[in-house]
Amino acid sequence: MTTPLLSVRDLRKYFPIKKGVFGRAAGAVRAVDGVSFDVMPGETLGLVGESGCGKSTTGRMILRLIEPTAGSIEFDGINLVSLDGGAMRALRRKIQVIFQDPFSSLNPRMTVGAIIREGLTIHKLAEGAAADGRVRQLLDEVGMRAEYMSRYPHEFSGGQRQRIGIARALAVEPSFIVCDEPVSALDVSVQAQVINLMQDLQRDRGLAYLFIAHDLSVVEHIADRVAVMYLGKIVELATANDLYREPLMPYTQALLSAVPVPDPAARKTRVVLHGDVPSPANPPSGCVFHPRCQHPAKDAACAAIVPPLEEKAPGHLVACIKQPPTRVEWSVQQAAGGNKPPERYLPVLAGHA
Amino acid sequence: MAEPLLRVHELRTYFYTEGGIARAVDGVSFEIGAGETVGLVGESGSGKSVTALSLLRLIRPPGRIESGSEILFDGQNLVALDERAIRAVRGARISMVFQEPMTALNPVFTVGDQIAEVVRVHKGGSRREAWDRAIKMLETVGIPSPAQRADEYPHQLSGGMRQRVVIAMALVMNPALVIADEPTTALDVTIQAQILELLAALQRQFGTSVLLITHDLGVVAETVSRVLVMYGGEIVEEAPVRELFSSAHHPYTEGLLNAMPRVGQERERLETIPGTVPPPTAWPNGCRFHDRCPYAWDRCAAEHPPLYQIGAGHASRCHLADEPERRAEKHEPLVTRTSA
Repeated sequence: MTTPLLSVRDLRKYFPIKKGVFGRAAGAVRAVDGVSFDVMPGETLGLVGESGCGKSTTGRMILRLIEPTAGSIEFDGINLVSLDGGAMRALRRKIQVIFQDPFSSLNPRMTVGAIIREGLTIHKLAEGAAADGRVRQLLDEVGMRAEYMSRYPHEFSGGQRQRIGIARALAVEPSFIVCDEPVSALDVSVQAQVINLMQDLQRDRGLAYLFIAHDLSVVEHIADRVAVMYLGKIVELATANDLYREPLMPYTQALLSAVPVPDPAARKTRVVLHGDVPSPANPPSGCVFHPRCQHPAKDAACAAIVPPLEEKAPGHLVACIKQPPTRVEWSVQQAAGGNKPPERYLPVLAGHA
Repeated sequence: MAEPLLRVHELRTYFYTEGGIARAVDGVSFEIGAGETVGLVGESGSGKSVTALSLLRLIRPPGRIESGSEILFDGQNLVALDERAIRAVRGARISMVFQEPMTALNPVFTVGDQIAEVVRVHKGGSRREAWDRAIKMLETVGIPSPAQRADEYPHQLSGGMRQRVVIAMALVMNPALVIADEPTTALDVTIQAQILELLAALQRQFGTSVLLITHDLGVVAETVSRVLVMYGGEIVEEAPVRELFSSAHHPYTEGLLNAMPRVGQERERLETIPGTVPPPTAWPNGCRFHDRCPYAWDRCAAEHPPLYQIGAGHASRCHLADEPERRAEKHEPLVTRTSA
């Protein structure tokens, strides 16, 4: 068993809600509410969920762009949460980021060469002609011409800008990259180019990715394992294969069944969720998904018991007390008002039947 | 065959910019029948949104709909109408659902007022009647407790609710045609499923024709009966939806379908379309896709292909229709051979 490159434990971020002229805290938005996961060296962990589920906040806490309220983030044996500014800056060489919007993440006043070189200079990795050579080589690796060094970001298309962003991240030779919706702003044909590039770079350099995205088909394609978030919590975590073939958490089932299938002949059963995601300032009691859940065994126990993220099959973690097997015994559920014993629920999903 | 509801003939919308003439829509022809749902698919810069705006005559200088363009709707040529006459069509007979519901709604008016305003402008009548109709419409689009919601402002509603309001506004005059420009792109996938179901249900109920503009082939597969694929300001393929997905003819359509990761598909390398969409100020000569095309031969760079009819309701702007044996000769496209 290899040791994880990144270990996140019980990570939380509460944003205070301030009221009145004195900014008195009147409550908190629980953007991330006790999230734990590991990322192995060379692995891609997909983090999926709908807007507001806390996936980007999680990524930003790992980068320490947002300070966690509680929890630990261990990278290569070092706890990032307790690092001071200088030590964290030094460690950013190993942890890089690729942002969603290739239009706002590159400084419009800097040339492409200067953008890619900046990291080399800051971390004192190369200077002068050596740095130029390195920039050329990086541009070549991401499939761009070396002459582009002296041009400015606005001269490039979205896909090319995203390649520049990737070259910038790679310049300091990181072992881990947080990718926050890296292909969401791109057209399908360009998106495929960037995904292939990211996979090639991962294979050649042994990179680990935390791939944050809302597009489930992109994540299935690129991720080894996938974590599904809902209202600040991980509700299911499994290998991409298990998660897409046999999603056990009713939320994941609904999410997967909502993805439009590009095949007009496909027959599909759709679990349509009603209503909207509740506010993270006032999350539902018990299982945060229970008001919208369509599991046939849903009962009062779901509103009373916070479901533990437990292993239902080897390596397949699910937070649901109604999906057997569960450590939350039937007698405990009954004591909490439950009247429907757990039963296996697997609505047939399109493309998986 | 009965006269279609909408017949667009040789539509050209050009923008006269400092960088040259951008031929954003360049000779587009298509029809939409009464009660039909047609998908218009393409990537950024293909001209799909400008096509939609042209139908409503919402093109502002330096843009212009060129003479010779025809948009025949209900027997009228919309291109020839004066501003007053087109305003009577807009919002009443043809309406639009935009991508971003937050910008499509006015933040300083309640949603009820905004829907009622549409009624007042087009139909007149009392405030009371317009208001009642707005509430009824909110109920139709599935907004819970519509009477209370009508008094709320857009920022008080969630993204999905706002898009329902926009749809209510588009449908309140019971238009013959609704143009939906990426109506679910800004929404989460579970909310998208709700909105698409709503659109389909309303269409069945009111018999409205829909032109659905999207870049998402999954959405197209599930909602429309016929598809138009745009590239470089032109329609490059037109087909019934099943046929497009089972036997796409144009290499661009084929490339788009292969480039898409799909849920449930085995993990293999994604196929890509090399290069990027050319700028509308400089479409390539010959076929506009030829430098990115894996089948292109010398004819493609020299001769602009017509829209070849290749089957019932299936047309493709590709010389492969004329020389099908060339499909066996797949090769590296020009763009990868010339770039570094």
